[in-house]
Formats: sequence, structure tokens, C-alpha cells
Amino acid sequence: MRALPIQPASASTADAVEAGGPGGGQQRSAPVVVPLRHWGRWIAAALVLVVAGALVSAFATNPDIDWSAVPRYLFSGSILRGLWHTLLLALLAQGVGIALGVLLAAMRLSENPVTRSVSWLYIWLFRGTPLLVQLIFWFNLGLVFHTISLSVPFTGLTLFSESTNTLITPFAAALLGLALNEGAYMAEIVRGGLLGVERGQTEAAYALGMTPGLTLRRIVLPQAIRIIIPPTGNEFINMLKTTSLASVIAYDDLLNGAKNIYNQNLQTFELLIVASIWYLVATSILTIGQFYLERHYARGSSAALAPSLVEVWKRSLTLRRMVKA
Amino acid sequence: MSDPLVVAEGVEKLFGPQIVLKGVSLTVAPREVVCIIGPSGSGKSTFLRCINHLERIDAGTLEVDGELVGYRRAGDRLHELRPHEVASRRAKIGMVFQRFNLFPHLTVAENVVEAPCRVLKRPKREVVAEAETLLERVGLAAKRDAYPASLSGGQQQRVAIARALAMRPRLMLFDEPTSALDPELVGEVLQVMRGLAEDGMTMIVVTHEMGFAREVADRVCFMDDGCVVEEGPPRQVLGDPRHPRTAAFLSKVL
Repeated sequence: MRALPIQPASASTADAVEAGGPGGGQQRSAPVVVPLRHWGRWIAAALVLVVAGALVSAFATNPDIDWSAVPRYLFSGSILRGLWHTLLLALLAQGVGIALGVLLAAMRLSENPVTRSVSWLYIWLFRGTPLLVQLIFWFNLGLVFHTISLSVPFTGLTLFSESTNTLITPFAAALLGLALNEGAYMAEIVRGGLLGVERGQTEAAYALGMTPGLTLRRIVLPQAIRIIIPPTGNEFINMLKTTSLASVIAYDDLLNGAKNIYNQNLQTFELLIVASIWYLVATSILTIGQFYLERHYARGSSAALAPSLVEVWKRSLTLRRMVKA
Repeated sequence: MSDPLVVAEGVEKLFGPQIVLKGVSLTVAPREVVCIIGPSGSGKSTFLRCINHLERIDAGTLEVDGELVGYRRAGDRLHELRPHEVASRRAKIGMVFQRFNLFPHLTVAENVVEAPCRVLKRPKREVVAEAETLLERVGLAAKRDAYPASLSGGQQQRVAIARALAMRPRLMLFDEPTSALDPELVGEVLQVMRGLAEDGMTMIVVTHEMGFAREVADRVCFMDDGCVVEEGPPRQVLGDPRHPRTAAFLSKVL
């Protein structure tokens, strides 16, 4: 459909008559609309291009960077194994973190003062200490608890016992640290989502005889998801990068894979570029996934559905004003 | 006359230091339609919300269908009910809200089907068939797959009525069902409510629609400042009020 250009108010009646077809009365052509020219944008774009070009050439022509090493190591076994470990750790830690977050948020909003306090204390503790410290804590758990065992109290019956150092591998320590820490942050995100759902929704569900649990699962949580997804996508992307902290406790992740290679061949910069490329690829895929997930959960909302991602990029890159409606 | 369906005696409600209900008593018989009118802030919506325990009462007794709302009597003690017990009693009372409160993430049909399936655990096929009939009755069979956001206010409110009816309630509560509607949409909702009344549904309606109260109600109850000031047949309360406060209110709205 062709949109009519914006008309001065006085011309609208005349144009309406004219739009009725030829011979519709007065012969008056519509005035030509001149869009506002944004000279500043063109100048800014040119400046950005110059600066970006200078930066690229500074890297590309640098004699101390061996660019041929980048494609050589991009698919090396050590790097790919590290990438897989990073993805696995991020996925598991985020999954456990989301589950913990939903649980903690429900506890925090409950009327039960015990669960409310436990949730508050948990969030206070895990959000209030640095993640790196938590990771090292978990990794060194064996220093103070030599064995981990499960036994029935007052009977002397032991169901399970194992040395802590066997149980807490670098992977286990990293997963524990990241997931428990993430749970605290997700709890606040989920809580915000649940509070964002109108009170009337809960009342309507109650009035239909639904129990608080059913109301949460079927009515409030599905609506809260729309509010929860954008910050959760953010968290997941953060998580993917934060897994690199686990290299400190000897977990064989992407960064550690790169480190192992550059410790031998001293091509530090080149291998950090390799690792960064993979981090960027992974976070880009997540960004695209988040876009489509958000679109899926926007159903039933009054906001119009966004078109495809490519369309969104195209629109944001257009320098000229869109005349088409 | 058969046993009353709703019996309220000396119901009091506080919001913090503010007394919202100061001893409200009202009895509603089966198949009766009672309209509660009164200025805003008079406590009429609060009283309605007490009937299905969306608000807890602070004094007095409130019984629906012979059962105390929110409590169980054991000797001379009242035991507060567990959440699932409260829920199963609410399931017998339908409620329609001023702001519709349809579930926006579910289609019209899913809105109607949700509670009968999940709460009453009735077989899905039977519930879906009944939902079709109900939607037809409120004139919205064609909108079954639409989301609430795409409907007009009047259509949303009619879906909300169908959703409440799908639970086969013994009593319907209406909390200013037409107050959030554009004037030209009020008629279609009142038409559905009128049909319900003719079918013998017991209804308590908080409303500002004096025409509806006059034509449909068996009894009109005027509330002001947390008290029932006057109640009686619509012709008497609306046409020849005995209390000066009723007369003053009516002179403003009629």
C-alpha cells in the first residue's frame, strides 16, 4: 500500500476529493514533501569509517601479528575441545541457574516467612561475594572437608562416601560455582517478571478456583516469561564469557585451550584472537536465538510482531528516512 | 422459600486503620438478582470480593450455600481453610471483573476451557464442546481462536462471563462489569447478563447502570460509607427512596 505523504491540514479536504479519482472536481496536485536532511549523520558516518579503517589497518599491517596463525589454529583439536567444554559448562550452569532462580523467586514471593528468609539469605550471600572467589572456594573444598558422605543420622549407616578431591573435579567446581551464583541473579530477574504480571490475573485465576500453585504455573509464569527472556538472554551471553574464569581452576575451556597452545609457541595475541572469534560466534548465535524466542512469547500481546532479524538490521542501518509506511 | 444462598451478617473489613465495611448484612435467595449501588468508596466492591474470599473479613459471618467463606466451624472454633480448600469453594462462585482480567497469553477458547479442565478435571472434549455453546451464547463463537488483545472491551467482558459460566457456578458476582467500557459497548454486556438472570442464575451485581438495576434486579441495595443504607424492590429504592442519603445519591446519577 502506498502511504500518503503528510499534508498540511488545510489541503486535506481538497486532496480527499482528488483521491476520489479523475474528474473528482478541483485540479490541484499534491505538494512535494521534502524530508528533513540529516547532514550530520553523513558526516558522522564518514568519520566513523575513517577511524575504523585506521584501526583495522593498524592491526592488519602489524608485523608482530602472524595472521596466518589464526586460520591455522581456528579448528585445532585443543581449541575445538575447549569450545565444546565452554558451551557445555555454560549451558548446564545456565540451566541449573534458571531452575534455581524460579525456585528462589517463588520462595521469595511466598507468604511463608521461612522460605522467604532462606531465599533472601541465599541471594545476599551469592550476590555479595565475587564469582572468582566462589569458584576457588569450591575448587578447594577438599582442604577442609576431606570426604563427602551421606549417612542416616543416629544409625551409623553410611549410604555413600567419597574423597572430596575425587568428587570436586575442575568441571564440578566450575559448574557448582557458576550455577549457584547464577541462581541468585536469575532469582531477581524471575521475581521482577512475576511482579510485572498484573495482580488482576492472579485474582481472576483464584476466582476460577485455581490454587496458588496452579495459578503460578499456568497463568502468572507464562506471562512473566515475556518479561524474563530479554534479561535472561543477557545472562546467558554473560555466562558464556564468564566460563573463561574457570580456566583459573584448571578447567579445560576455550581460553585454557588457547593458553595451552600459546604457552608453547608464544603466539599469545594470535591465539587470543582465535578464542575471541569463537566467543563472538557463540554469542552471535545466542543473540539470534533470543530474538526469535522473544518473538514467540510476544503472542497475544498487543505489540506488533517484529519482522525477521534481517529486516530489523536493514531498518536500523538506513540513513535516509523511510517514506514508505 | 428455600434456604438462602448467601448470608452475610455484620461483615466488617479494615484496610489498615481505615474501616471499609461497618457491619454489612445481606441475604440472597437462590435465583435472586441483587444489584448493589452506591457512591465510589462505599465498600460495595470490597463486600463483593469478600463473598469469594478475595478479601478476608475481619468480623461478622459470611456463608455461601451453607458453608462459611474461608473457615470451617468445629464446635465454637473457626479453623482457617487451607489454600486448596478455599480454591475448591471459590470454584462454585463465578466472578466477573471491571477490567475483564482475561488471560492474555491464551486464546478465547483456551480462556474458557482452562479452569474446568484443570480445576474440575473434567474431560477436555466435553469441556471444549461446552465452551463452544457458551461462546455462542455470548455471541462470540467466531472469535474462539482470537487472543483477548484483539477484542473490543465489550467482547472481552462477554468472554469473561463465558469463562465464569464454564465452571457451572451456583452464584455469579459482577464487579462493575460495564464501568470500563465505552458507552456503545455497554448494551451488549448487559444483554448477556439479562439473559443469565432470565435463566434463573443467582447474581449479585455491583453496578452504576440504574436502568439495568430497575429492569432486571429483584432487589436493589444501596450502600454508603461501609453500610447498607437501604434495600428493597428496585421500584421502591430507585423510585421512592426512604433514606435521604439514597435520595441524594440518586439525584446525582439519574
